[in-house]
Amino acid sequence: MNPPAFENTSQHAPRGGAGQRLRGLIRKEFLQIVRDPSSIAIAFVMPVVLLLLFGYGLSLDAEHVPLAVVVEEPDADTASFVAAFQHSRYFAPVAMANMAEAEQALQARRVNGIVHLRENFARQRRSAGGAPVQIILNGVDANTARLVQGYVTGAWETWLAHEAQGDAATPHPPVVVEERVWFNSELRSRDFLVPGLIAVIMTLIGALLTAMVMAREWERGTLEALLVTPVAIQEILLGKLIPYFILGTGGMILSVVAAVGLFEIPLRGSLLVLFTASSLFLLAALGMGLLISILAKNQFVAGQVAIIVTFLPAFILSGFIFDIASMPGPIQFITHFIPARYFVAILQTVFLAGDVPGVIVPNGAALLVMAAFFLGLNRLKSRKRLG
Amino acid sequence: MWQRILALIAKEFLALLKDPRSRFVIVVPPLVQLLVFGYAATYDLNDIPYAVYNEDPGADARELLAGFRLSRHFRESARVLHDAEIAPLIDNRTVLVVVHIGPRFSRDLATGAPARVQVLVDGRDSNTALLALGYVRSVVNRFNVETAARLGQPRPPAQLETRPWFNPNLESRWFIVPGMVALLTLVVTMLVTALSVAREREQGTFDQLLVTPFRPVEILLGKALPGFIIGATESSAICLAAVLWFKVPLLGSLLTLYTGITLFLVSAIGVGLMISSLAVTQQQGLLGAFLFLVPAIILSGFATPIANMPPILQKLTLINPVRYFMVILRGVFLEGTPFHLLIDQFWPMAVIGAVNLAGAAWLFRRRLY
Repeated sequence: MNPPAFENTSQHAPRGGAGQRLRGLIRKEFLQIVRDPSSIAIAFVMPVVLLLLFGYGLSLDAEHVPLAVVVEEPDADTASFVAAFQHSRYFAPVAMANMAEAEQALQARRVNGIVHLRENFARQRRSAGGAPVQIILNGVDANTARLVQGYVTGAWETWLAHEAQGDAATPHPPVVVEERVWFNSELRSRDFLVPGLIAVIMTLIGALLTAMVMAREWERGTLEALLVTPVAIQEILLGKLIPYFILGTGGMILSVVAAVGLFEIPLRGSLLVLFTASSLFLLAALGMGLLISILAKNQFVAGQVAIIVTFLPAFILSGFIFDIASMPGPIQFITHFIPARYFVAILQTVFLAGDVPGVIVPNGAALLVMAAFFLGLNRLKSRKRLG
Repeated sequence: MWQRILALIAKEFLALLKDPRSRFVIVVPPLVQLLVFGYAATYDLNDIPYAVYNEDPGADARELLAGFRLSRHFRESARVLHDAEIAPLIDNRTVLVVVHIGPRFSRDLATGAPARVQVLVDGRDSNTALLALGYVRSVVNRFNVETAARLGQPRPPAQLETRPWFNPNLESRWFIVPGMVALLTLVVTMLVTALSVAREREQGTFDQLLVTPFRPVEILLGKALPGFIIGATESSAICLAAVLWFKVPLLGSLLTLYTGITLFLVSAIGVGLMISSLAVTQQQGLLGAFLFLVPAIILSGFATPIANMPPILQKLTLINPVRYFMVILRGVFLEGTPFHLLIDQFWPMAVIGAVNLAGAAWLFRRRLY
C-alpha cells in the first residue's frame, strides 16, 4: 500500500509550485546570459553606442553647403547679392572664374550648386523686369537639393528686404508669411530623429536578444531535456521572456537617459506613458524574436530571418526617417504590420509634444494588439512535442 | 587546387541552399524589400493635410487660399473657426499645417501695408515641416507676383531661375533606389558569410576542414566565392529592377558599375568572413553582423548626407565600404560618371576587402576553439 501513497505525494505535492519552477528557469537563463556576455553587450552596450553614433551621425540639417559663385561682371550690386549668401550660415560660397570651372566642380561633387550672375546684372536689376539669376543644383540627393533650394530662396528674400530698405523704388512683397513651428521651433532634425532612433534600436535589441534562444536549445538538444521535466510550456516561454524583458528595459532606460542628457531632446510627456509604451513595444519585439526562434529551430536560419525582418523594415517603414504619409497606399498598409511604426509615433509625440491622447491611445492599443498577437502565436506554435 | 576549391564551393552551396527556409530567406526577401522599400523610402511630400482659419471676408484672402487648394502638394482637411480648435488638430496630427489669415488681411493689402499670413506647422518631423514650409512659401510667392502685377508694381530686382541637374524633377526615388542596391546586396552577403564559419565552429565541422589538406587560402576562397556569386546575382537582379521597374536612368557604363559591384562584394565578404571567424558562437556572429550592418548602412550616406555629420564621424565613415559604393551607384546611375572619376572610390574598397580577407584567413588557423 505504500508505493501508491508515495506516488500520490509526488504528484500532488511536487517540490515547489509553478512560481518556483519559473524562478528556476529564469535563474538558468540569467546564468546563460552572464556566461555568454554577448547578451549583456546587446542590452547595454549596443543602445548607447548606436545612439551616440547615429544621434550625431544622422542629420538632415544641411549647413555650410559649398556653392560655386560665378560673377561675370563684378561690381557693388553683385557684391551685395553675393554677401547675402556669404552671411548665411547655410552656405559656404566659393568664387569661381567662369561657368566651365563651376560645372566641373559640380560634376566632381566639390560643390552642391552654382549661383550664376550674368553680365549687366547691375543694369538689368534696375530695369522693370529685374535681373535673372541662374541657380544650378545637384539634384541627385533630391531632399538636400530641395532644402538647399529653400535656403537659396531665403538668402534671396533677405537680399530683397535689404534692397527695399535702402531704396524706396524697390517694393516690399504684398503678403508676408509668419511662420510658427510647433514642438521644434528651430527645426533641428536631431530632435526628430533621436526619439525614432530609440524605437529602431529597441527593435534590434528585442529581436537579437530572443531570436537565438529557443533555436539554440533545439540545436543543442537541451530543449528536449526541458520537455521531459514537469515545467509547462508557458513556463518555458515566460522563463525566456522575463529575463530578456528586464535586460531590454535596462537598455531602454539607458537610451532615454542618453537622449535627454546628451542630446538635450526635450521630454514633454510623462515618464509613465513613456515606460508603459516601451514595455508594450518591448513585449512585441521580444515576442517577434521568440517567434522567429521557435519557427526556425536552427540558429543559422533564425539569425538570417532576424537580420531581414528587423533592421531594414524598422529603419525604412516605421516613419522614423521617411514620412509614412508620403508613401503610396499599399505601402502604408504594410507599415501597419511593423510594431516600430506605432512606437515611433508615440516616442516622437511624447518627447516633443507631450501626452497627446489622440496619438498615444490608438498607437498604444495597436502595440498591445501586436504584443498579444506575437505572444499568443508563440504559445500556439510551441507544443511539448518533438519534431 | 581548383578542383578542391570547386568541391568546397559545392559543399558551401549545399549548406546554404539545402534547407528550404534558408533558401527562401536568401532569395525572396531582397526582391520583396526592393519593391516595398523602393516605394516607401521617399522624402517627396504630396497631399500635405492643412487646415484653413480664415477671419477675413475679402476676395483677396479667398484668392490666396485658392492657391493652396489648386496646389497638388496640399489637401484641405479641416476648417477652423476659433483659436481653440487649432491645437487639437496639430497635436493629433490631423493636419500638418494651419494657414491663418487675420481679419485685417484685405485691408492691409489694399492700403499697401504688409499683409500677414500666419502659418503654423507641426515640427515633430522636422524634414517634412521644412519641405511643407517651402511649399507654403512658393504658393505665397506666386500670389505675390500676381498681386504685384495687378497693382502695377515693378517686379523684384532679381529673380531666381533654379534648375536641378541630374534629377530634374527632384524625385527622391531616383536617389534612394540606387542606394538600395548597396543596402540589399550588403544584407545578402552578410546573411551568407557572417554565420558560416561560426556555424561550422559550433558544429565541430570546421576542425575537420582544418585537418584536410586544404590550405587556409583555399578554405577562404571556398567560403568567399559562394557569397560572391550570390551577391553578384542579386545585385544584378536589383539593378535590373531599378532600371526596368522603377525607371531610374542608368547613364554610366556597365563596366564601371560592375567594377564597383565586384570591389564592394570583395570588401563586404571580407568583413563578413572576418566577423564569422572572430565569433565563437552563432549568437556572437549574429551580433557582429548587426554591429557592422547597422552603422554601415546608417552612416553610408544612404538616407542622410555624410556632409551633415560632425567631422569626426565623417572621418570614421572612411572605413565604411558602403559609403564608397553609394557614391559609385548614384554616379553611375544618375550622373553617368566616367570610370576615371571614380577611382578614388574604388581603391579604398579594395584595401578594406584585402585587409579583412587576409585577417579572416589568418584567424582560421589561429582560432581553434
